[in-house]
Amino acid sequence: MTELSTVAAPPAPPAAHTPRPGRPAEDPDLGRRIRRRSVTLDGVCAVLGSLLASFGLVWLIYERILPLTGAVGFALVWYAVFLLFLGTVTAMLWGRRAVTDRIVAALMVTLGLIIVALILDQVGYVAFTGRHALFHWNFVTQTMAEVGPLDPFTHGGVWHAMVGSLEQMGIATALAVPLGILAALFLVEVGGPMAQAVRALIQAMTSLPEIVAGLFVYALVVLTLGLPKSGFAAAIALTIMMIPFVARSSEVMLRLVPRSLREASYALGASQWRTVWTVVLPTARSGLTTAVVLGMARAIGETAPLLLVDGLNNYMNADPFQHWQTSLPLYIFEFVRYPQDAERVRAFGAAAVLMALVLILFTLARVLGGKAPGELTRRQKRQMARDRALAAAARAAAEEGGDHGAA
Amino acid sequence: MADTTPTEALGPPLSGAAEVPDVPRQIVARLSGADRAFRALLRGGGLAVFAITGLIGGFLLYRAWDTFRVAGWKFFTTSTWLLGSNHFGIASVLPNGLVIALTALVVAVPCALTAALFISEYAPAVLKRPLVALIDLMAAIPSIVYALWGVFFLQPRILGFSRWLSDHLGGVFPPFKVVGGDMQILFQASPFVAGLIISLMVIPIITSICREVFSQAPSGEREGAYALGASRWGMIRTVVLPYGRGGMIGAIMLGFGRAMGETIVVALFISPVYVFNWHVLHTGGLSIPGLIALWYSESTPTMISALMAAGLVLFVLTLIVNAVAGVIITRSRSGAQTAD
Repeated sequence: MTELSTVAAPPAPPAAHTPRPGRPAEDPDLGRRIRRRSVTLDGVCAVLGSLLASFGLVWLIYERILPLTGAVGFALVWYAVFLLFLGTVTAMLWGRRAVTDRIVAALMVTLGLIIVALILDQVGYVAFTGRHALFHWNFVTQTMAEVGPLDPFTHGGVWHAMVGSLEQMGIATALAVPLGILAALFLVEVGGPMAQAVRALIQAMTSLPEIVAGLFVYALVVLTLGLPKSGFAAAIALTIMMIPFVARSSEVMLRLVPRSLREASYALGASQWRTVWTVVLPTARSGLTTAVVLGMARAIGETAPLLLVDGLNNYMNADPFQHWQTSLPLYIFEFVRYPQDAERVRAFGAAAVLMALVLILFTLARVLGGKAPGELTRRQKRQMARDRALAAAARAAAEEGGDHGAA
Repeated sequence: MADTTPTEALGPPLSGAAEVPDVPRQIVARLSGADRAFRALLRGGGLAVFAITGLIGGFLLYRAWDTFRVAGWKFFTTSTWLLGSNHFGIASVLPNGLVIALTALVVAVPCALTAALFISEYAPAVLKRPLVALIDLMAAIPSIVYALWGVFFLQPRILGFSRWLSDHLGGVFPPFKVVGGDMQILFQASPFVAGLIISLMVIPIITSICREVFSQAPSGEREGAYALGASRWGMIRTVVLPYGRGGMIGAIMLGFGRAMGETIVVALFISPVYVFNWHVLHTGGLSIPGLIALWYSESTPTMISALMAAGLVLFVLTLIVNAVAGVIITRSRSGAQTAD
């Protein structure tokens, strides 16, 4: 919510500007920095006041006077009256022109809060439903081998599915990341008309139906090559889902590398691959890491392709090339369809574990990366500060020495 | 110009020498061998994407060939899925998928556009990065978690709303009509509920592309709008939205492609009725991905071939939609800057 009145204030002249003749020298606004604050005290008070006032009014009318009940209806009416009040307050304080602006802003904030609430609700609901299974350590340290549907939650777990998921994700990452980054480099460094087509195709492949990837790998690996369904086949399906994602997000990151850095490298006589290897990739390292880790987070949650090319088993199978290898999504999908409540709870527990893995990867992506190209890490900044201090000290010492020499 | 001698290039022409006009030297950047190899490698990376897409289409077509040969055009006009009597087709599952995807879009598009505008225009600078992270997180939540939440948490709570819609608007708006009584079960596993769940998966896709496009709207034009006295909403309406139109259309189409291909939600519902159900609040409505997930364990070659054919149709359809979306995004004014 911008302070509209500040727009009218005269712009601050640059500090080094000499005052023009005829301009009053002691202008109080001279040099005052104009801050366009998006949240102001007035704005917050207007919103809070409208919220409280509309709550009071609606409570009185809705609950006391009109014969209406129901929480949903109350909330809806309250919100409508709130918007009305907010519009009126805005019109009184900032003029009619600001009304649409404020109301749109309020609608947007509401929608944002609803989305946040939905996400929290998902995570919370899944963990809450699976809590009976989750509260036992054996859930993440044991497999389902020799565990019957009537066994208590102190027996059995999803360790085998976690191992399967992580292995398949690892293989998929190893295959997809080099290909994805190569394709992204092609788009950024080579370009040309073919790059346009590749870009559109990558864009299209990012929303390739999951099940089609599964069908393709089934047709290729099982029907044509004659190999059995296995964890490796699942990993190939994940690779196909991952390549476009990694390529697209790496392209965005590579594009952020300033052109001047490349030109500086060329000016020093470096060849193109040297420039890419020693300038472009290291500059974009943080962003590329984010892209890769986000891709991994995507891959670990893919379910549909696995249905066709892998199967559920209840014992540990650490070898992705032989036999079926259970992964977490597959475990969830199969267990949630069992009729027993206990199995359903296990499925929800597994979903909570899967969410936790995704969240860990996601946090990792934020911690490792998320920096703009060339932005220094905290350690590099400390190092630079140390260097600067040392240099300053050396300069001071040299000047002092010079003074002594002059004296 | 390798044949000019240094004297000619440097000093004024000697009296006897022929007049040589000043022609700018042509700069020819010759790539070294290593560079040529490097560029070939990158080109290979780009071609690999083509190759993978081609392989997917090729293998599906190869495996689906038998079905197309046996069923012919009837594959597109038959509603039922009775393999034994060779009477099967996608005339019901394909439009059902479209209905589900459209329902998802009707919910997702307003939400996603608002969210994108909020992040790019309204949110204070401190909030921007957390909000972008939140949208990324929404995209990273596995679809099976959405499906679990939707089927077991959302569905029982939304049925009342479904009934309310059908009671009050069913007469006015035919798609909301539910025929056959007032039983709760008639409202379960409807395209509407599936669409609602899928819309949550589509929102982050549309939001992130639109946010990217909106944030590229040139600051000169924004400031011009402000200077003419526009409020922030006025500026958005006159500068940001027209600027991002192409990107918005592309993003919505990409979201449509994603919604068409969503499998797990539909597969968890399992309502194997092979009739076209356009009453969105009424139960039933299997889409192509749901069909494949339902029958994948049947291992007769005929069935596999038929599923491959259905998958091929889905693949071609989503690829066309998504590729057109990609071209629209690239061709739009906002996309022209990213693609040099």
